[in-house]
Amino acid sequence: MNTAEELSGKARTLSELKPLTDKGYAQGFVTDIEQEFAPKGLSEDTVRFISAKKNEPEWLLQWRLKAYRHWLTMTEPDWGKLNHPPIDYQDAYYYAAPKKKLKSLDEVDPQLLETYKKLGIPISEQETLAGVEPRIAVDAVFDSVSVATTFKKKLEDIGVIFCAISEAVQKYPELVQQYLGSVVPIYDNYFATLNCAVFTDGSFVYIPKGVRCPMELSTYFRINAENTGQFERTLIIADEGSHVSYLEGCTAPKRDENQLHAAVVELVALDNAQIKYSTVQNWYPGDENGKGGIYNFVTKRGACRGDHSKISWTQVETGSAITWKYPSCILQGDHSVGEFYSVAMTNHYQQADTGTKMIHIGKNTKSTIVSKGISAGKGQNTYRGLVKIMPKAEGARNHTQCDSLLIGDLCGAHTIPYIESRNRTARLEHEATTSKISEDQLFYCRQRGLSSEDAVGLIVNGFCKEVLNELPMEFAVEAQKLLSISLEGSVG
Amino acid sequence: MSTPILEIKNLHARVEEKEILKGINLTINEGEVHAIMGPNGSGKSTLSYILAGREGYEITAGEVLFKGKDLLSLAPEERAAAGVFLGFQYPVEIPGVSNIIFLKTCVNSVRKARGQAEYDAIKFLRIVREKAKTLNMDEAMLKRSVNVGFSGGEKKRAEILQMALFEPSLAVLDETDSGLDIDALKVVSDGVNALRDPSRAMLVITHYQRLLNHIVPDHVHVMAAGRIQESGGRELAQKLEANGYAQYIKAA
Repeated sequence: MNTAEELSGKARTLSELKPLTDKGYAQGFVTDIEQEFAPKGLSEDTVRFISAKKNEPEWLLQWRLKAYRHWLTMTEPDWGKLNHPPIDYQDAYYYAAPKKKLKSLDEVDPQLLETYKKLGIPISEQETLAGVEPRIAVDAVFDSVSVATTFKKKLEDIGVIFCAISEAVQKYPELVQQYLGSVVPIYDNYFATLNCAVFTDGSFVYIPKGVRCPMELSTYFRINAENTGQFERTLIIADEGSHVSYLEGCTAPKRDENQLHAAVVELVALDNAQIKYSTVQNWYPGDENGKGGIYNFVTKRGACRGDHSKISWTQVETGSAITWKYPSCILQGDHSVGEFYSVAMTNHYQQADTGTKMIHIGKNTKSTIVSKGISAGKGQNTYRGLVKIMPKAEGARNHTQCDSLLIGDLCGAHTIPYIESRNRTARLEHEATTSKISEDQLFYCRQRGLSSEDAVGLIVNGFCKEVLNELPMEFAVEAQKLLSISLEGSVG
Repeated sequence: MSTPILEIKNLHARVEEKEILKGINLTINEGEVHAIMGPNGSGKSTLSYILAGREGYEITAGEVLFKGKDLLSLAPEERAAAGVFLGFQYPVEIPGVSNIIFLKTCVNSVRKARGQAEYDAIKFLRIVREKAKTLNMDEAMLKRSVNVGFSGGEKKRAEILQMALFEPSLAVLDETDSGLDIDALKVVSDGVNALRDPSRAMLVITHYQRLLNHIVPDHVHVMAAGRIQESGGRELAQKLEANGYAQYIKAA
């Protein structure tokens, strides 16, 4: 990017910080819309209700029930460096959907359109200027259902499938059946298994052989209803030699109760395929006293099945009261590449336990981990990562860099790397740093006219630059704003 | 009669229990360049930090007026907006933030506070390039992170570039000559001289006389042990070069 572009994009963001900071969590509004709920609580009936609502085939219902029955025998994992009161799984709704059914994009409820407009998400194709090639196709998921997917037709013309997973179950059952649960197995872990039983909607992407997806695919998740969990499921398959860049964003209203979000994302990259998956997670983090906020227990995993395939995760985690999330790569194909770029920020009473797993199975597989943790207020931030080299992974390489930045003296940063190597040819590097924003830096910026908050925002954005650079431009600007807003109240 | 920009009256300050400034009196008028010289530990840098509003200093007596108004009650960023600029002895590194972004963010923040229109990207870039050129600054430096991996000369040139962009009423330059070789000293001094202006006051703080061969002051003050011990014209600097600071240290 040249200097002028950089200036107009990024510097604009910074000058816009101030008004935004005053607003706090700007996405905290509630949409008043008529919704339909499943009966409260979790039982086989709930699972059947969801399956019936989605008009699912028998195999999927049985799959869900199998997961549910197994889940009953499991216990919540407690190895994360996280503290929260026990979650009452019976005290929540597992399905909430706007009442009005849609047949086309034009029928989207004006209330919903307004909601997405407020959030700055284009879910109407008309908004794209005539003659300008659209750059982003959006799937909008509102509580338990996908309400709109844009540019479906345009994508279909080149063979790209981008739709709600519930729709894919109907239209492409063989693809779904082949890949669903193939990366994150049905009994993988407590939250993933729960998701298998009650997942409601999410996105499905298939990129056919040799196709380079011409626009960014994006899903925007919104939790709106009270006491409702969101259990989305995303499945992305990149066939041989294909490329796709996928973005995910999420927000929720401000509420005093904690809400559960337990998603599963599975990625499959075949020979020479590349998937870039970017997340800007901005679920409601709770208030400054730690009341409310989303519990974000997410399982994300990608399988580099093919030779020379590549999966790259980039995440900016600023929201949620609790984040428990380890986007991982299984590097099966020879010469496959896994990447994980992460910024996790915790302020006030937020807690994050996040990192990645890089499992090297194929020969000459390579992985890169760059993690930037920022702790402010009383926030607790843990990087937890595993690099595992299997016996046949000749010539495997990993480079890990974990940097922590502390703001104030009541927060915590923890780095817990696990390294297991069973092949002597592997080369593994681990670097870690911990630093604080210095008085010198703050004073220097303030002498040059910045308020303390803007100064911290600037310094933090600089600290995260390596990761932010990995995001597509539109998201990078968004992420910079978010980082600064999330730091509100962190400098006294 | 000339208008005072800065009036320091009987300023006493301490850090924790240690008294560092023990009654400073100094008035700088529009268009004047004053130099403060003194040995290490005399309180020169403390004075510059107090003028810029750094925390950690307790003012025990006295006052500082900037254009007739109380300066000490303002936050550092308010002082910057009001027109106080401090050129740092040790400019601070900000990794990952490019110079150009830093400059634009700061300059626009100050312009906004002054009620001036903010610069757009194109205009700002044009202005910066122009000013950078006069300071012999490589444009690549604008893209590098603020002060990260800069040589001593590059850091000081970057400071002077900032000064040029902020157009301050009062520029305090703290040991601007430290870490500079003779060529860099010339470039930096030329940069400062170019900013001399009938409406601008400058306070140049230095340990050595050599800087004052390039930036010729109107007044020279010798500071030692927290007080101004002697004031005079530029000939005082030459006298110091010959005799050193010993007499002042003894006297204090």
